[in-house]
This record gives sequence, C-alpha cells and structure tokens, in this order.
Amino acid sequence: MKRLMLTNEAVARGAYEAGVKVVSSYPGTPSTEITEFISKYNEIYSEWAPNEKVACEVAVGASLAGVRSMCCMKHVGVNVAADPLFTAAYTGVGRGMVLVVADDPAMHSSQNEQDSRFYARSAHVPMLEPADSQEAKDFVKRAYEISEEYDTPVMLRLTTRIAHSQSFVELLDRQEVEKKEFSKDIAKYVMMPQFARKRHVYVEQRENKLASDCNVSDLNRVEMRSTKLGIVCAGAVYQYVKEATDASIFKLGMVYPIPMDAIREFASKVDKLMVVEELEPFFENQLKAHGIACSGKELLGKQGEYSSAYLRNKLYGTEMVKATTEVPMRPPVMCAGCPHRGVFYILKKLGMVVSGDIGCYTLGAQAPLSAVDMCVCMGASIGMAHGFDKAESMHARKMVAVIGDSTFIHSGITNVINAVYNQGTSTTIILDNSITGMTGHQQNPATGKTLKGDPTAKLDLEALLKAVGVPSVVVVDAYDLKEVERVVKEETAKEVVSVIIARRPCILLTKKYPPAFSIDSDKCKKCKACLKIGCPAIENIGGSIRINKELCVACGVCKQLCKFDAIEEGKTNA
Amino acid sequence: MLNVLIVGVGGQGTLLASRVLGAVADILGKDCKLSEVHGMSQRGGSVVTHVRIGDDVCAPLISEGEADYILAFEKLEALRWAHYLKDEGALLVNDQEIMPMPVITGAADYPTDIYTKIKAQGKQPVVINGLQIACDAGTSKAVNVVMIGALCSLIGIEYDTVLEAVRRCVPQKLLEVNERALNMGYKYR
Repeated sequence: MKRLMLTNEAVARGAYEAGVKVVSSYPGTPSTEITEFISKYNEIYSEWAPNEKVACEVAVGASLAGVRSMCCMKHVGVNVAADPLFTAAYTGVGRGMVLVVADDPAMHSSQNEQDSRFYARSAHVPMLEPADSQEAKDFVKRAYEISEEYDTPVMLRLTTRIAHSQSFVELLDRQEVEKKEFSKDIAKYVMMPQFARKRHVYVEQRENKLASDCNVSDLNRVEMRSTKLGIVCAGAVYQYVKEATDASIFKLGMVYPIPMDAIREFASKVDKLMVVEELEPFFENQLKAHGIACSGKELLGKQGEYSSAYLRNKLYGTEMVKATTEVPMRPPVMCAGCPHRGVFYILKKLGMVVSGDIGCYTLGAQAPLSAVDMCVCMGASIGMAHGFDKAESMHARKMVAVIGDSTFIHSGITNVINAVYNQGTSTTIILDNSITGMTGHQQNPATGKTLKGDPTAKLDLEALLKAVGVPSVVVVDAYDLKEVERVVKEETAKEVVSVIIARRPCILLTKKYPPAFSIDSDKCKKCKACLKIGCPAIENIGGSIRINKELCVACGVCKQLCKFDAIEEGKTNA
Repeated sequence: MLNVLIVGVGGQGTLLASRVLGAVADILGKDCKLSEVHGMSQRGGSVVTHVRIGDDVCAPLISEGEADYILAFEKLEALRWAHYLKDEGALLVNDQEIMPMPVITGAADYPTDIYTKIKAQGKQPVVINGLQIACDAGTSKAVNVVMIGALCSLIGIEYDTVLEAVRRCVPQKLLEVNERALNMGYKYR
C-alpha cells in the first residue's frame, strides 16, 4: 500500500518496519514529528528525554541491551548528544543504533546553520541522507543493517526541506528482530584508557572498511545524462539538480564516508565535475583533498537553502523572478493571550537586561517588546546571567535570565546549581507554561504526562529549586502585571540567587476562551499604551484602536494597561 | 505538472488545505510532493506551503514564476507571494486582512490598494469572501476548507474527488460543518 507521508513520519515507519524497540528523543524543529509518529506504534517503547544527551545515552543502553534503538534531534541537539555519541562510536553496538538528526539550512526555526555531516566524520560513524520520504524509510532500515554489520552507531541526516515535505511511501510489514542479550565484555564496553586505545584502532579499521565498501554500495548511484557536466549531490539538493540541470548526477545516499574511487571514475566520464551541497563544502573539500578536481562553493555559497531556480540562475544565468512590490514584513509573534507577553512588558518597563533562551519566548526580542538582549543556546540564559554577575557588569543588578519550563529541565538546572554553588546573585524567571511550546506541545517532566499521554511523576520545580539550595523561590501569575513587577523588583534587589516562576499554561492548550474583549471608542484616548505589548489581536487601523474578535482570547493583560478603562470584558451571549 | 502555492498567516489552517490537495493527488493516482512549514514561523508569521502534483515530481519547492495557482488566505500574503505566479496563472485570494506586527506597532502601513498592485503585475486576482462563507457554513475556522473548495472548482477537479479528499483529512466530528464549507466554497463562482 502506498501512502502520502511526511518524511518525518516515514522515518518513524522505517523504525517500525525495522523492528526498533526503544526510541528516546528531545523535540526540536524540524525533527519533532518523528518521535510523535513513533509514539503511535505500540510495538515500540518511546519517550521524551529531558535533553538530547540523555536520549542518546538511552539509545546506546538499549542497543547494548540487545534491541534496535533510535534517538532523534535537531542539528544543535547533536552538540548536546555529542558526548555519548563520540564514545559509543568506540564501544560499538549490541543491536543496531541510529541517531536521526535534522539540519535546518536557512534557519527556519533555529539559532544557527551548523552542518551535522561534520559530526559523522568527527565521531567516525557512517551517515546516510535520503532525498524523499520513501528513501527516508528505506535508509532507516539500511542504517540498522549497517549498524549491526559494522558494529557502529549510524547517523541519518535530514534537512528541513526533506523532513517537512510529503511524498508517497510504500508500506511494508514490521520485521521483528531477535533480542541479542547483553554479554559481559569489559574491553569493548568500558571505555577507560587501556581499553579505549584498542577500540580506537578498531574505529579506524571500521572507517577504512566503510570508505572502501561504499564504493560499491547501492546507497549511492550514478544517473548519466549530459557528459558536459557531472554533479555530486545528496538529499534535497539532488532533487533541485535533477530538475534544474541536464547534468549527469552522482547521487550520494551515504554522505559519510564518501566513495572516492567511484566518484573518481564518474569524474572521468564527464568534462567537468561540480559538487552541489547546501551549507559547508563537506564533499567538495574531501574530493579536493583526494586530488579530484571539482568546483562548487565559490559559485554557490555556504548560506541558506538552494532551489531549482537558484541553481538555474547560478549555473546557466537564468534570471530569478523577484518580487516587485515592497510589502510590510510579517515576522512570527507570540500568540494573542501568550502568558510570556506581560512578563516581557514588565521587564522592558523596568529597563532590565534580559538573558534569553530557546523557545517561544525568544520572540520577546521582537518589536515592540524588544525585551530580550541575548540568546545563544538551550539553558545558556542562566549561565550567561551568572557570567554578567561574576564579571561585575554594571548591568548585573538590573538583569534577569528568562527560560521556559522544558528548556530549564533540558539544561537550565545545572546552571542554577552552578550559580548557587559559586555564591552568585543572579535572578532567573522560569516562564512555566506547562508544556514544550514552540515545537508544538510536547510533554516534559514537569507536565506529569509521558509522550504517549499517560500520567506519570510530575517534576516539582519549586521543590527542585529549594533542594539545590536556591535561597529565594517565588511563584507569580504571569498575567498579573502588578505582581510580576513587584516580584521582579524585589528579587533582583536581593544579593542571593533567586528564581521567579511565572506560571500560566500556554494559551493554545485551551480550546475554549471567554468572550473577546472590546474597546469603548468613546473612552479610548488613543494613547496607544495597549499597543506596547505587541498583541496581534489589538489593531491600529488609521489611528483607531480595535480588538480583533477572531484573535482575542480574553487574557486581560491589555486591560491592565489602560488608564482610561476603555477596554471592556466581552459579554457572554445569553 | 500542477504547482499550487498556498500562503497565509500561521494559524489559518494552510497545512490542512495542502493535505487535502495531497489526498486529491492520491485519489487521482498522481505523484505528489508537499512542502510544509512547522515550528517558529507558524506563530502568526507569514507561511507558505508548496504543493506539486504530476507524473514524476522532483523538487519539493515551486520556483518563483512557476506556480499555476496561488491560494492566498490573506490579502497581504497574496501580494507578498504574487511573483511566484506564472503569467497565465490564477491567484485566488480570501478577502481578509490580518495586521502584521509592524503595522500594529505603527512601523508600517497595511497597503490599501493590494488588488490594484497585484493587477499592476499583470495578474488577475479572484477575490472570495472566505471568512463570511465559512461563518455562514457554521464556523469561522473552516475558511481553509472554503478556500480549497473554491480552488478545486477553479482548477476543475470534480466535486466528489475533493469531498473524498476532505473526508480523509478532517476529523470525523468536524466533518459535517467542513462538508458544508466545502460545498459553499466549491459553488462560489
């Protein structure tokens, strides 16, 4: 049976068909849906881990315990998971283990544009990259075969355009894989120097064997067309090359290691060889280092996504159609009723320097709030505020770190422990909206529900903070502006580490809202105070302020800003 | 090859509209690729979904100037993406305005002459009051199904095919109102 499938779903289907038993992941666009789809298969145990390092370690453990395992993450998640990955590359596997990573060229939903292919090379593990949904499913199954044959974790790389595109997939049945019970083997599984030195030798032999074997692997294929130009490519880029050019194609399915001999032979059949790859010159530099003449990056650049039109423009000079009319930008915004909005309004009002973090609340940097002053990576808000503190910055006394509940558990807690241990004085606001918001409502340890929605132990943030020794922990209602202001002033003035939990569930968790608010135009003095919170439901149409009833969810934050009592609660239809 | 670009504002339900077209392709036995938007840009930002239906679809993205149809859920977005339309293509636009943040804050003005500007590019917008039709059908949330109905009728896809596609994509409990919305959208012209 064929079905139109999101590639992320096809990866999940591949895991199902490959007989995978354990999956542990942390959500991150564009990888999140893989694990959500996996959770629908009862044959697979699946979970959200608090971060990618934990997810990878769970997958390593399950593999050593003798079942096929998987962990999924976005590109920056591999930075977090790199520690177990690099040494699991030494221990090898029990049953197959696959790490799925989704890169985000053009940064649709990310803070950087790193190229995870370097991780495969650096950890000395093979990496596959599919070009559509069907290949994604097929490659997952191949990845497990390679993992077991070569005794190595295998990485599967997607990019946003592949992860979030749908194409047809042929469905097959699940093949159960016999459990291979763990048997004691200290020299293989205990990576201390005396054993790791020997395993490193194995890692190198394995890599050499893979580099040789991939020359005849059917994961890579040649499509001969015009011999004037030959192009080496993979993934989404393969589709653009196929569509935009008549060049012969060397399509890589295994993107590390790459088949030097086979590419050399391909190069001999074409007049000119090009490498077309998004982001870094990963293939290109390797080919050049092996003495295979080619070009690519000097023409195509390292930034953003390619497209068929872009390649036609760069290769053949075909002009790209450009927009001729200037239109106002429409950047993403915090939703109407978002509990983060009022907190950022107060932080801006108080002139706070805000050390931000990764989540919906990064949008607090957007005008008109413009409240977030820095944002680097998951958990960094707290460490950076502590850095300001210890640098004796003039801003340190008027500074807060702002982090979401899921991100706090991911990697914020260690920073709080650090600040307490090292006698810091920073203030952190945990924006606790009771869910992992930006990636589309995933459960986390503080929600009291598992990935599958079953009830479980609920992490108690207040108790946790007290247990690690935070001297001052205060909980406020994120919608209560006066209270938020009072507490922020009070806590930042203290000469100890303090944490404010601004609590309100994400507005999208509720489906039914009270009737929308409205503005009494007679009372409204057009002072525009309500526009300062940047609520998408409050519109300024030619100087007249109105509330869009389609968007307003009656959170009441704007009403607290109106000095003229012009904002009225909605009336329930009798 | 049929290239349809679906544009709108995050939260308007463009994703469902593209999935209905995907189901149409499936029913008609055609190859299809859909490219969707998830994550940060969904939060009230400008969103675009590419739908490509044909015998053998390669790239998941439609290039500028190559869309046969643009289905715009919002006027400003229609203007923003109009250059993706082929000269002989059709632009179906929901006559609804959603203010972007730069307009709300006063940093920019919402253009008053969007349809004139689109016409100035040599393109003829087909305007439909999707929100009103959806409300008449029973819920403002069904704008996406109204629009997909209108588009499919414009393309010339048979009603029964679209109906079957909608049934595959919409949850059972919302089917009744969405079928009504589809019907009203399809008959719009």
